[in-house]
Amino acid sequence: MSSLSNSLSGEAQAFNPTASAAGGEVSDFFALLKPRVMVLVIFTALVGMVISHPQVSPIIAAISLLMIAVGAGASGCLNMWWDADIDALMTRTAKRPIPDGRILPNEALAFGMVLSVGSVLILGLASNWLAAGLLAFTIVFYAVVYSMWLKRATAQNIVIGGAAGALPPIVGQAAVTGHVSLDSVVLFLIIFIWTPPHFWALALVKSGDYAKAGIPMMPNVAGPDSTRRQIVWYTLLLAPLGLVPVAMGFGGWLYAVIAAFGGLGMLAGAMQVFRLREGEAERRAAMGLFGFSILYLLLLFAGLLVEHGFGLFRAVIA
Amino acid sequence: MMEPKFQVRALTPEEEKARRKRSVAIALTLGALVILFFVLTIAKLGPQILERPL
Repeated sequence: MSSLSNSLSGEAQAFNPTASAAGGEVSDFFALLKPRVMVLVIFTALVGMVISHPQVSPIIAAISLLMIAVGAGASGCLNMWWDADIDALMTRTAKRPIPDGRILPNEALAFGMVLSVGSVLILGLASNWLAAGLLAFTIVFYAVVYSMWLKRATAQNIVIGGAAGALPPIVGQAAVTGHVSLDSVVLFLIIFIWTPPHFWALALVKSGDYAKAGIPMMPNVAGPDSTRRQIVWYTLLLAPLGLVPVAMGFGGWLYAVIAAFGGLGMLAGAMQVFRLREGEAERRAAMGLFGFSILYLLLLFAGLLVEHGFGLFRAVIA
Repeated sequence: MMEPKFQVRALTPEEEKARRKRSVAIALTLGALVILFFVLTIAKLGPQILERPL
């Protein structure tokens, strides 16, 4: 959809936070919630719940999951509100509702704040205040610590900020059990260590975009070669970490096979990124690792979901 | 007579249509919240909530 400002002037404009917008569609507000990220959050939080074998009502669990998803969406909305100026400069994000002029910044801020407060309160009422507190922490960490501070300040932005994306399994477990165990902390660590190779693979390809917006992503600050080395190091950590649930006894045979072969796939992808440093092959290697990393995480968590959710768990270590 | 401090622009038909859709979405969300709180109350308190002395 073309923006109001664009349609009036007939050409693309730079982001203007005071522009008038009255034509925001419902779908534009939904886009503010970063629906694809929400799906990942729902999925990982659900796995955090399922591995805990909760005794709570499925209705309570479902409402809790919905609120975790809404809270994640709210933090995405606040992120888009804060980052509208730099989003307007990058091809990947220029068509988002705020930089495109379809939604006013203040509308997004109000929307994000209402959803943040509402999701935390309802989660607290539905499950418990530990889970609500963890959700509130996740929202503040993503919207304030990552978006407002780390993202524009340090090349370690997505490393530290990755904690926000890694928290949903812990919040999910807390929502249905009232406590946090080592199992969900291991899932947190897997997502946390997965984030740098995943994002830096994309950043290698989009470094021009990030440079234009002045965001200190690792390839722009330390250079592509250093980023490639760090991708390999993080992947060397990630592959064995993916097998820790097997050693701890909550990852069964199916999970073990996925984690073993997926980890090898991640290592192969990281080595390709390390090796191929020029032209189209470089771009393909980076995008290949980026795409495979999503599949890897999806399959790891799907393995746990199938094993614990459908009674297919067979322990590897008796 | 005082001049108004700002001018109000009439909405275009597309903007009016978008506003109507937003209003419907808000109404549906409020309705969903009512249902959510009702279901949550029943789930938290259990079916015995219906077996109280009148």
